[in-house]
Amino acid sequence: MLMIFIYALCILIPLVVAVAYLTTLERKIIGYMQLRVGPNRVGFGGMLQPIADAIKFVTKELVYPEHADGLLYYLSPLLLLVPSLTAWAVIPFSESWVLADIDAGLLFVFAMTSLGSYGVLLAGWASNSKYAMLGSMRSCAQIISYEIAMGFALVGVILLADSLNLQKIVYAQAGGILHWNWLPLFPMFIVYWICAVAETNRAPFDVAEGESELVAGFHVEYSGMLFATFFIAEYANMIFISVFTSTLFFGGWLSPFEGIPYISTWFSWVPGIIWLAGKSSFFVFLYLWMRATFPRYRYDQLMMLGWKTLIPISLAWIPFISAMKLWGWV
Amino acid sequence: MAKEHSYTINFGPQHPAAHGVLRLLITLEGETVQSIDPHIGLLHRGTEKLMEHKTYLQSGGYFDRFCYVSMMANEHAYVMALEKMLAIKVPERAEYIRVLFAEITRLMNHLIWLGAYGLDLGAMSVFLYCFRDRDDLLAMYEAASGARMHANYFRVGGVWRDLPHTMPKYQSSSWKSKKKLADLNADRQGSLLDFIESFIERFPGRIDDYETLLTDNRIWKQRTQGVGVVSKERAMSLGFTGHMLRSTGVAWDLRKTQPYSVYDKLTFDVPVGVNGDCYDRYIIRIAEMRESVKIMKQCVDWLREHPGPILADAPKVVPPSRDHMKDNMEAMIHHFKLHTEGFSLPRGEVYSAVEHPKGEFGVYIVSDGANMPYRIKVRAAGFPHLAAISELCKGHLLADVVTILSSLDIVLGEVDR
Repeated sequence: MLMIFIYALCILIPLVVAVAYLTTLERKIIGYMQLRVGPNRVGFGGMLQPIADAIKFVTKELVYPEHADGLLYYLSPLLLLVPSLTAWAVIPFSESWVLADIDAGLLFVFAMTSLGSYGVLLAGWASNSKYAMLGSMRSCAQIISYEIAMGFALVGVILLADSLNLQKIVYAQAGGILHWNWLPLFPMFIVYWICAVAETNRAPFDVAEGESELVAGFHVEYSGMLFATFFIAEYANMIFISVFTSTLFFGGWLSPFEGIPYISTWFSWVPGIIWLAGKSSFFVFLYLWMRATFPRYRYDQLMMLGWKTLIPISLAWIPFISAMKLWGWV
Repeated sequence: MAKEHSYTINFGPQHPAAHGVLRLLITLEGETVQSIDPHIGLLHRGTEKLMEHKTYLQSGGYFDRFCYVSMMANEHAYVMALEKMLAIKVPERAEYIRVLFAEITRLMNHLIWLGAYGLDLGAMSVFLYCFRDRDDLLAMYEAASGARMHANYFRVGGVWRDLPHTMPKYQSSSWKSKKKLADLNADRQGSLLDFIESFIERFPGRIDDYETLLTDNRIWKQRTQGVGVVSKERAMSLGFTGHMLRSTGVAWDLRKTQPYSVYDKLTFDVPVGVNGDCYDRYIIRIAEMRESVKIMKQCVDWLREHPGPILADAPKVVPPSRDHMKDNMEAMIHHFKLHTEGFSLPRGEVYSAVEHPKGEFGVYIVSDGANMPYRIKVRAAGFPHLAAISELCKGHLLADVVTILSSLDIVLGEVDR
């Protein structure tokens, strides 16, 4: 019991630090993409910026809107944060590092990421604000419809690995970069990635926040640490989706040089978590890159993309991949 | 109990996409817009009334503050109205300088508009790229007039002073390395015209960059095509001008249809749209920026070869030269009289309009023969555009309100006056 608690802390503490520095990294990277410098005043080159942000958030007043639903108003940030942290339990960080090596790991992750929509919905509803209400309604519709496409995209992964256990999914991809799932499941991977970006409410699918139309969407009324909680949840989700994507489609903690003579032995000392972190960093960067490049989708176009493009593509690919599996091509 | 189908939301004046201090009361059904009631007047400063109590020379500065993103274009309409009334012939060099700066102003306005349009649709980077280029244009303003925004450079009878032979340079400081300083000053070694010329060479490539980010972007097209459509007939009866009218296919550009200044001596095209939607407005404005660069190039070439006076020979209206004032009593008195009492306009009325970046910007002056206008009315291009927002947005989604509002390119400074 105590050990599990310690293991959980071993995941959560680095995660919170990563979230804090991801906010700074985002501002820095997008800053350089936009010919700016980004934060560079606090600490050396802005290294202490997240700490300054944290102090600011903690000391701000918690504004409580008139006629808001008290319990739900304070509860909903947690409803968003807790599932996004819980999902980390089943991620295999290396050969032996996995907190809960459960058989239905993938299903568990799916359940946890979906639970987050309750937080968004209740936050918008409890704030007693029209902007927040619109934001949360959009977000709910979006999460529900993109969950379907995402689920179908993951069916391919399950088919190939014959398991819902994430560690087994990683092992099923062993044998080098060409054996990873991204290649046989390429259209599925693209569908999955688009859905994942939409699921985390990030640009260009950030219609729930919709900065230029809904101001901040579902968390428009929140201030101080409650607002920060939403942000921690969002960024933890971003990192989680990046790690999850690497696990499902890019061999998780497996070395990319596996199967190549000499090079694979030179790199055999590198722990799996480094590979996982490297792969995930790329996807985190992709999030930021997309945010700096694309305009935002309109809400109805977003739904159209989900229902009329992504779901049909993933539906069509399932029989195809099943047939390939049946005849032993993959 | 009656069932309610719609509800209202309050959009602005502190909304990030409200473009200043506009307040919209939007009636929504779900997310579909039923009607919009724009509430203006939050930036009303009573400028027209203020100008009734200022001499004509003192009022010039107010014109920068109407549409505060295209300053000299406003001044142009004003000085043209006064010159028309006083029947002053402006030296050709001054006309070319005015046209040069009118086009610089057009670029400035279009860059801010493009940046804000991108930002409103979520393309954040375009905004910062546009401001990078606008900064060079502000440097041109600064070199010529001494002010980066509210220039007050166009004067009755010409312009305040001739173009400078040197560009101001960045000074060294502890946070600029030698290399960075050299980069910043690289194209500031010559005269203002050299600086403008280097901008003219580099800017079309920059427009290509913006187009790479937006023009063929699927999301951008989906967000703007077929949004805020207005027909040719409707646009004309709503009093649209500028890009709003041209997007419907009407080639109405005062620079061509009622040539003023030296626009009839310059070659340029007037881009027109087909569909009258937000995407056409974007395409038109991108094309207009390219045309403006062409006009600037022609002006720069002409100005290099034709030195000459920049103020008309009209001593009752144009202040005497600085040198003259130092050793000539009469010139001194003349200067004093001109800047205190001002000059009088003959009794009558005058209307003059320019092709402002946003559309037709007109100034209507009624004079009773005094040194102040009896009444002055400014015809702002943005006002009729904003007035039509309910019609343009009806049936669209909330997110489209932002798109349409942004494509109108309103500035509350000129709408509220």
